[in-house]
This record gives sequence, structure tokens and C-alpha cells, in this order.
Amino acid sequence: MSLHNTATINWFFACKVEDVPANGGVCVKYLDEQIALFHFPRRNEWYATQNLCPHRQQMALSRGMTGTQGGEPKVACPFHKKSFSLVDGRCLSDDTECALNTYPVKIEDDRVYIGIVNGRDTETVMA
Amino acid sequence: MKIVIIGNGMVGYKFCEKMIAKATPGTVELVVFGEEPRPAYDRVHLSAFFSGKTAQDLEMAPASWYIDNNIRLHLGDPVQSIDREHKTVHSHKGFTETYDYLVMATGSAAFVPPIPGVDKKGVFIYRTIEDLELMLDYAPKATTGAVIGGGLLGLEAAKALLDLGLQKTHVIEFAPRLMPRQIDDNGSRLLQGKLETLGLQVHTSKQTTAIVGDDVITGLQFADDSILEADMLVISAGIQPRDELARLCGLEIGHRGGIVVNDQLQTTDPFIYAIGECALYNGMIYGLVAPGYEMAEVVATHILGDHKAFTGFDMSTKLKLIGVDVASFGNPFTPADQCRSIVFEDTMKGIYKRINITPDGQHLLGGILIGDADAYNMLLQTAKNKVILPPNPEDVLLGARGGQEAAGAGVLGLPDDATICSCENVSKAAICNAVIDGHETLDAVKKCTKAATCCGGCAPMVKDLITSTMKSQGKYIRNVICEHFDYSRQELFDLVKIKELRSFDTVLDHYGHGEGCEICKPTVASILASLWNEMILAKGNDTAQDSNDRYLANIQKGGTYSVVPRVPGGEITPRQLMVIAQVAEKYNLYTKITGGQRIDMFGAHVSDLPLIWEELVAAGFESGHAYGKALRTVKSCVGSTWCRFGLHDSVSFAIQIEQRYRGLRAPHKLKSAVSGCIRECAEAQSKDFGIIATEKGWNLYVCGNGGSKPQHALLLAGDVDSATCIRYIDRFLMFYIKTADPLTRTATWLNKLDGGIEYLRNVVVNDSLGIAAQLESEMQVLVDNYKCEWKEVVDSPELRKRFSHFVNAPEEKDPTVQFENLREQKKAANWAK
Repeated sequence: MSLHNTATINWFFACKVEDVPANGGVCVKYLDEQIALFHFPRRNEWYATQNLCPHRQQMALSRGMTGTQGGEPKVACPFHKKSFSLVDGRCLSDDTECALNTYPVKIEDDRVYIGIVNGRDTETVMA
Repeated sequence: MKIVIIGNGMVGYKFCEKMIAKATPGTVELVVFGEEPRPAYDRVHLSAFFSGKTAQDLEMAPASWYIDNNIRLHLGDPVQSIDREHKTVHSHKGFTETYDYLVMATGSAAFVPPIPGVDKKGVFIYRTIEDLELMLDYAPKATTGAVIGGGLLGLEAAKALLDLGLQKTHVIEFAPRLMPRQIDDNGSRLLQGKLETLGLQVHTSKQTTAIVGDDVITGLQFADDSILEADMLVISAGIQPRDELARLCGLEIGHRGGIVVNDQLQTTDPFIYAIGECALYNGMIYGLVAPGYEMAEVVATHILGDHKAFTGFDMSTKLKLIGVDVASFGNPFTPADQCRSIVFEDTMKGIYKRINITPDGQHLLGGILIGDADAYNMLLQTAKNKVILPPNPEDVLLGARGGQEAAGAGVLGLPDDATICSCENVSKAAICNAVIDGHETLDAVKKCTKAATCCGGCAPMVKDLITSTMKSQGKYIRNVICEHFDYSRQELFDLVKIKELRSFDTVLDHYGHGEGCEICKPTVASILASLWNEMILAKGNDTAQDSNDRYLANIQKGGTYSVVPRVPGGEITPRQLMVIAQVAEKYNLYTKITGGQRIDMFGAHVSDLPLIWEELVAAGFESGHAYGKALRTVKSCVGSTWCRFGLHDSVSFAIQIEQRYRGLRAPHKLKSAVSGCIRECAEAQSKDFGIIATEKGWNLYVCGNGGSKPQHALLLAGDVDSATCIRYIDRFLMFYIKTADPLTRTATWLNKLDGGIEYLRNVVVNDSLGIAAQLESEMQVLVDNYKCEWKEVVDSPELRKRFSHFVNAPEEKDPTVQFENLREQKKAANWAK
């Protein structure tokens, strides 16, 4: 994502690595936002998206099952099993569904940080 | 570029359709003149008009289609003359149109032999909807019908007369047999016999010399001086190309009619093409729709500058004549010295099949099928593609016998360029590619390739191709779990057991690839639980559980959960009711009695779940597994302890059963019930396993189902004692758990089980597989390993930690959760939007 390279990113501390279940997700509170954070230890990868499933507006994606589709990491919402790519947030099971907002993640000393791109307006990105 | 099309029949329409599909939008102007008052309709299925279809049902496309595609359609306005020098046409209504190219699709008219009296009232031809309407008007006055012509169209017309309610209908054929161009004498004889049982009288080798009657037909006179009484006659003695317009403007016409065309379907004027039944190619008129469509394709391609040639067309055909399959393919009349024939005749069932093969037995040349033409497509393609025949060529007719392998390689054995749909000229490769691109149903393939949209005869072959292509791709048909595991659930179950694998990750390492997904994760988690019955939230397996299992509760609208404690047999003490009441009030939960004689508490925040259960566990409650693919409830009626009809103590037995199988995880949820007498108040016959008291013991029913497809349970064993009943249930459940596909209820599992309930009874009751003792001991392991998983969570700080909404603010609840009031309780807020 070129946006991340050019804009300043504010990294905030989300939790410790051990707080996130292997091959699963947790919900992180950031100001008034809810961010879903996922750990793929087999690939040593981390992903973060909005916690809100756009399908029925449910705060649930962090409780979804993670996995891959054709090698691409994804999460399935626990409500109606809509699948979203964790790479770019697009819905994999329904072309007409809105895409998820995604966030960069970095790990330092077993601490997980989620990046908030400065000045980025959540509403605009979602629209 | 401007193209004028004369004729709006099936082939004329198809030409427009092909031009629209091929040309760059806006580059081609199409103008169509049609003689008939309505847009092109399906003449092949004309007789359906008499069995209830309307003219509109038969339309190839509605009038709006022409408008939508900018085609100017002049209906009821035949072209009167063509001025080739100025490239213009003039219509009956006075329109003049110029053209760059002219396409003549004028079709054919019914050939009416010069018999005296053909102009009498009650004599009809069978060609257009108007002809049919005239017949429809006249038929109520008639009682005996006759058709001159025993060919394809004549027999269709005879069917029309039957449909019109004529009590007797005769078919008169000049040749010694019916359908002389398609079938042989033996085939004709058999067909004749079949048709006669359906109410048709067939007269072959009959030459009609006159139509008798004053003004109105009363009968037919034949060359042998015999007379047949009839008050309605349809003449269907062949077709005559509509070439008069072409003749008028000086195009070359064949000796016996038809506009002469070359390989590109050009007439002697290169700017004028002729297609369909008016065209004479290589001395032949093609009176079927499929070659007409191919001609339309060739002309559309050629006008747009690409090369394509018409090289003749296979006249193989298959149709249902008055309910009788008739097909002929390839060359059915190869002379006896140039081929060998294999003939199969079954006069009992009315089946006749003949194939002609090359003298060396290698290739199929052609054949005839009557009474059963299911093999038509396969045989046609075998002949057309010169597929090598099996060592016993009769196998292609009769199927392999004597335990041999199936004959030939079936539809898969055909080469990629084999034509599967000859009407729309769709190759095998085109269909397979459509399937690979994700069109995995017949409807999707029809939409994508147009195969099977015309006569529909190739639909079974298309279906076979869809199945076999999907199979070859390892799709669900092969019954593998998902893209991460190339095994069926049953295979994986056995592998996990043999290797004694105990976590999702180790199973994935051994037998899978990728990261798993929402299909394989719960499936593997369920297998592990069914094999070892260990705590499902143990590290590593927690995130493999399905959404509800992961939080040991049912997620509901808004993201809160519902809680169902186990109430075995539906028996509950006042003290326990009070505990539930206290807990529900304390955590502000909506309460409702479930269908399974339990109490459900809704609206619990995820972080409250361990607190709620701490109190429930302290009062002696256990998890009800309402969230799991596991044993749910064993419902009971009150039984002999109170009921004046009760034969046995159904409540006690229900409690015993529920406690035995509580926590048992299976491919799908399991429900049970025990009724104390035949009145069946517990509805046991709608359960996965249900027990009903009898005078002598218990009747055990299995594989019932409520839900969207209700199914009654079937009796597995009758009048058994309690211990035997439990042994049978052990075996039944374990056998189901080991062999069922994921998310398959027992009813669906039984429906797919070869041998059905008889087989199941043999396995469970008679131990036909010799596995009964093993099944029982496997079940005993699970029973012995049972622990209440909610008690384990309540007692484990580590596990409790997972029950919070925010990882970085565990004490906070989800602020977006909202409730509304309803009848003094709460309900979840509606879905947003």
C-alpha cells in the first residue's frame, strides 16, 4: 500500500504477542474504534482490519475463523460466514459486499503495534 | 454496414442473434422482413401449441429483443422483389430498403402433391401457427383424422391430431415404412406397433389418388382402389424451398427447387446469401434446424470478414414421437457389404437398436434407436469422432455385462473438439472450460455456452460433462473436505485415529496444506472431539472450533450470546429454576423455554459468560452443548411415574440416555426423545434416535429429522430391553460419527447409505461387519472421558481470559451492543440498514 509509505504512520501498542491466540484473532480498542487483529504463526504474519463486518454491521470479525483461500489469508465472519481477504480487505465470498479497512501491524520485543495512518479518515476510506 | 434479412423464422432469427453477438456494437444495421404476423418462433416444438403452450411461449425472443438490439423488424410484410443492380428490396407494404448484404432465410413451404381435391374444406398443411389455429377451429367438427406422410413431420402432425382430440387418426405413407429417410424396415415395424397402441392407424405402401367429398372432405381414395373415411386431413408429404423471390431476381435455382449456394452460402450473387431450408447446398436441402443454425453461423462469420465454410451437416436426429424415442445417426443405411451390423430387438418393451460398424470392428458408422434412445448422444459422438470401439462392440449398445468394466470411456473418452450440442455447435472443450470457469450447474452452462438450449437432447451429456469435469478438478463431488484437505471426512477420521493426532495443526501438517478455513477447521475439530473427547478449547484447538464452540455459547444478533444449561430429560427442580431466574435477572438476560425442554437465556455479553457459568456450575448445572454439533437434548414425556397410560418410566430412561451421551460431538447436532407409550408425546420419531415404550420393552427408531426437510425415524429394533437399547444406540451413533460427511444429519446420512435401513440394521443389530464390539468400546471411551467443558473454563484463569471483548481493555463491554424492550424483557436491536 503506497499510502502507508508516504503518509506518517502512528503506531500504537495493541497487546503482547502472547495475548493473541495462535491462528485466531482478538479485538483491539483504539479510541472509539474497534480493530480486529489476527496472528498466523505458521506463516509468521499479522493482519489488522476493522472489527465491523459490513454485511450486517456486526462487531464480530475478531471472533471469526481465519484461514486461507488459494494461499491468501482471510477471515470468515461468525455471523453468516462472509469471507474477507486480510491482505486488501475485499470480500471473497460476495462481489457486491464492501471491503474492509486494513491496518499495518508490526512486532517489536513481543509487543504488537497497529499503525494508524495520519489524517486518514475512516469514513472516507470505507466509502 | 447494412444487412437485410428476408424471413424471420428460426434460422433468420439465429442469424440476427449471431450478428449481434459477433459484430462491434453500432457497426451493423439489421433490417428484417417477415411474412408471418409474429416474430420468429420455435417451429420444432410446434405441436406443443396443442398441449397448452401459447404462441408467446414458443417465441425465440420477444418483439422487445429486436428493439433492444436496434433491429428493424417488419412483420406481416413479405419482400416482393429484389433489385440486385441497385441493391434494394421492395416490400409488400411499400417499403424500400437498400442493403450491403442480403440474407435470404425464406425457409420452405409444405409440399402439397397434386392430388385432386386438396382444396376441399378440412384439408390442412402443418407449418405455421396460423395453420395450427385453423386446425384448432376445425377439429371439434371432426372425428376421424388422416395424415398424408409418415416422415418426421407427418408423425408430428399425427400427434397434433391426437392432441386435438380426434378419436381415430390414420397415417398414410407412400413408402413401405415410416420415416423412410431415418429408419429401416425392422425399426419401422416396431415403431408402427408402438404407435398403434397409442391410437394411430398406420398404412404403408399406400398411394393417395384423390380426396373424396363434395365441398368438404369425407375420405381418401388410394391407388389400390380402397377408400378410407376421414373428415380431417393434414398433408405433410415433404417440404418445398421458398425460392420464388430468388427465381424472380435471376439467382440460380436447382432443378427441383432451392437457391444454389457455395461453401460460404453465397448465391450466384456474392452479395446475397441463402440459409436454412431455402438453400440448396451440394444438391441437398437441409430440412433440420441444426444445419440451418450452422449456416447462420457461417454467414455471420463470413460477412464480418473471417473465414468459415459450410461443409455439409450430419443429419442425425433424435426425437420423441408421441412418447416414443426415435433416433438415427451417422449413416444408418450403409450397404451390407461395407459394414457389419449388430441388432438388438426387444418386442416386450418395444425397443429396437441397430448399429453399423466397420468390417474390422474398429469404428461406428451409424445406427437406429427406437424405444430407448438414451445412448444417442454418446453413439453419435462415437461415430462422428471415430472413437475406437471396445473389443466387444455390442457393449456400446447393451452396456458391459458379466462384471466387466464399463464400455468405452464414456463422454470423457471423446476428443475435445467433439460436438456435444449440434444445434448450437458447442464443443466438448467449450463446455468443460465453462465448468472450469465456475459454471457448475446445467443452467449456468446453458447460459454461458448456449449448449442444450435448443432441442435439449444433449442435456444429459452436458450434465455428465459437468460432473466429470468437476470430478477431475477434485471438486466436492469427489467429496473432499475443502481446498486444504484432499480427503473425505471418513478418510480423515481414520487417518487421524491411526496416527493418534490430537490437534488441528498436527492434522494440517500431516494431511493438509495452507492454513485451513471455516470448512475444514470445524470438521477436523469435530473429528478430534469425536475421537478423543478432550477439552475443545485446549490451546491450538480453540481457534479451530466453529464460532459458537469457540465461546461455548450461541452468538446471536448484535454479538451477544445465549446460554443453555443441560436439563436432562427436561426434569428440573424448583430450586434449579430459582437459580436460573436469579442468574437471568442478575445479568439482564431474556429467557425462553426451548423446543427441547430447556431454558435459553439470551443477551449475555461475552465477558459475562464465565461469571454466569460460575453461578450455574455452582448450582450443579452443566453445559447443554446447544452451541455444538453434539448431543443436544433427550426430550421425554412424563411416563409411567405420573401418566395413566405410561408403560415405562420414560423420564428416567431419557435422563440415563442424556447423561450417557452428553458432550458427544458428531458430524452434526444430535437430538433424541423417549416416549412412555405409543401416544408418542415426546415426538421420538422425529429425532436422530428416538425410543418408544412397548409392553415388552423399547422400540428404537433412528434417523428422524425435523427441520426444513422433516423425515420420520425408522424402526431399527423392536421390543428390546434397556441395556440392549443402549448398546444399539452406542453402535449406531459411533457408526454415524465415523462415516458421515461433515454437517450431515443422520436422516441425510441414511438416505445416502447404500442399502439404507436394512444395511444399517445388519451392521448395528446383526453385526454384519463384525465391528459392534469395537463401536461399543469406542463409545465407552468417549463416555468415560466426559467432563463439563464450562466447569473446566470456570476453573481455569487461562481459559477465562479468552472471554473478553477487548484484548487491551478486558473489563469493558462492547459499547455497540444495543437492546430494545419487548413484553417486559429485552430483545436484540434489529440488523442495521
